[in-house]
Amino acid sequence: MATESTTDFTLDTAAALAAAEDEGAIEGKSPWYLAWRRLRRNYVALAFLFVFVAIVVLCLCAPLYAHHVAHTGPNTGHLGETFTRDGQQVPIVSKGGFQNGQFHAGGIPVGPQLWHAGGKYVLGADNQGRDVAVRLLYGGLNSLAIGIGSAVICTFFAMVFALLAGYYGGKTDWIISRFFDLIWAFPVLLLAIALGTALSINGFHHFGINIKSGSLWIPTLVISYVLIPYIGRPLRGQILSLREKEFIEAANSQGASSLRVMFSELLPNIASSILVFFTLIIANNILTEAGLSFLGAGVQPPSPSWGTMIADGQDRIATAPWLAIIPGIMIVLTVLSLNVFGDGLRDALDPRAKVRMEH
Amino acid sequence: MISFVIRRLIGALLVLIAVSFITYLIFVKIPGGDPAFRIAGRTATAQNIEDIRQKLKLDAPFYEQYWAMMKSLFSGSLVSYSSQLNVVDQIKAGIPATFSLCIGAAIIWLFFGILVGIISAVTAGRWSDRVITVMALIGISLPVFWLGLMARYLFAQGHPFAFMPDGGYVPFTSNPWGWFTHLLMPWWVLAILFIGFYGRVLRSNILDTINEDYVRTAKAKGLPYKRVMVKHVLRNSLIPIVTLFGLDFAAVIGGSAILTETVFDLKGVGWYAAQAVQDLDLPPIMGVTIYATFFIVLFSVVVDLMYAWLDPRIRPT
Repeated sequence: MATESTTDFTLDTAAALAAAEDEGAIEGKSPWYLAWRRLRRNYVALAFLFVFVAIVVLCLCAPLYAHHVAHTGPNTGHLGETFTRDGQQVPIVSKGGFQNGQFHAGGIPVGPQLWHAGGKYVLGADNQGRDVAVRLLYGGLNSLAIGIGSAVICTFFAMVFALLAGYYGGKTDWIISRFFDLIWAFPVLLLAIALGTALSINGFHHFGINIKSGSLWIPTLVISYVLIPYIGRPLRGQILSLREKEFIEAANSQGASSLRVMFSELLPNIASSILVFFTLIIANNILTEAGLSFLGAGVQPPSPSWGTMIADGQDRIATAPWLAIIPGIMIVLTVLSLNVFGDGLRDALDPRAKVRMEH
Repeated sequence: MISFVIRRLIGALLVLIAVSFITYLIFVKIPGGDPAFRIAGRTATAQNIEDIRQKLKLDAPFYEQYWAMMKSLFSGSLVSYSSQLNVVDQIKAGIPATFSLCIGAAIIWLFFGILVGIISAVTAGRWSDRVITVMALIGISLPVFWLGLMARYLFAQGHPFAFMPDGGYVPFTSNPWGWFTHLLMPWWVLAILFIGFYGRVLRSNILDTINEDYVRTAKAKGLPYKRVMVKHVLRNSLIPIVTLFGLDFAAVIGGSAILTETVFDLKGVGWYAAQAVQDLDLPPIMGVTIYATFFIVLFSVVVDLMYAWLDPRIRPT
């Protein structure tokens, strides 16, 4: 410690000491820059961020792949048709009956062809002769859209409610906290199933908002609604403690409006938590969507999503295991990459933070 | 303590009333279209729809509708119009399977979570640390229904093993060994997600506690290492685990169990709800939602009271 060796430590000597330690000009570095510097050194987190971005880009290329490589759409069935593999005609979904004196059960789709069929059925077909690779990409598009969309909506409302509750306190806080408590009282998946099923029959038609029954907005809104307290509660707690700090008192005594205090004083201080929560809640939402769709209360057939694809493959796991295995691997990869990156982001933004995502 | 109990019970009662009202809104008010038509299900007749309208008083003002719905739910007269089965009877029939699954899984995850947490805290900084972090991350990233499906494929359907029974529930009273073997895979599938998570939480708790002054005092006065670790460190590190466990156990009974039961064909309450989702049959979902939520609210009261009894410092809040 340099300060302990010198007897007189004043403001004048402090600058000289700091300059001597750094041997150069002292530059102001923003907390965001420092966080980025820490994140840049975390190669594991960056590698997983790359995995996630790669998955998103792949899924965004779904229409290109469907048109130019596979030459079929996500919902187009090819029952009773054949395709050429190494110059031979192969049925896409096998017909049952006796072949060479042996009985074969029918209805079994072809397995992954990789590149033997010129880009067709790279990952096999499903029981209706649909191309699994095309459905996987389109399904990923739906799963990611629901996951990211519901994360945006959920984080936004949680942030607004937390700011209002934490800043105004009193009655506003009481009402918002009870609202959080009420959603919290329900088991997440059960509440989502109840809402998802009730809405998937006739859709939602109130307050001038019309959502049809098969719409992707239903799972998106249901998931964002049921998870609001999981972000809102911890954010409100942070704002309650920030509100007592001196800089808020200073802003108030300068006559800053409440909107100004909320958005330019409080919000920047919880921005890093919001960012971490946002990353982790996307992962959580993709898992919730998969569970809901698996049960039939999320994305409605024939629209693909990773969850519905696993549900489709569940009964055919003995004869066509790729139907359930491949979308599951995609979910695990996506969610794992977001979780690892989110952990790294948290460590970089605030090494001492105790932001934890419940599963 | 008594005033705390009374306050907590009144609070729970208010939550129950609000929760039941929200359930009413979800099934009757929020979705578009005619609620009677929706509740009747796919195979409804005109007579069914008329019956529902009469029974749930759907032409009356909302408070009478709410009251009629609660009466039909709690008097046990709610019937699924698709299957003609009484909802409350079906839920009762599913309870043994659901509790067998959840309690068994809870024992496994608590035991192995604590074990993993202790081992990784004692050997902090070595390879076990990395293993547990990776395990916890994979644990929270796996969809439980997919893991169950893979377990069935690998261990029950002969790719490459077939030594486990493939799904289904055997009641304990008819065949205890069959009950055990049929539940072994579901227990582990449900528990494995929590083992890494609990291990990680306990590990950081132990490492925080080791640096406390009273632990240093205990070491300084010459207590054996084992005694310090068990009596001083572990006991205090386990307190947050108790709260976490209460919340997670309730969440599993009300939520995650649905997916596990569906994959393994365990005919419990969650399986019943999942079947109703497939048939778009609302009365069973109504029943399961309200009974499971009531159970969880009351369960959390019990956990709070036990916690207050163990740790007097939290009573005033």
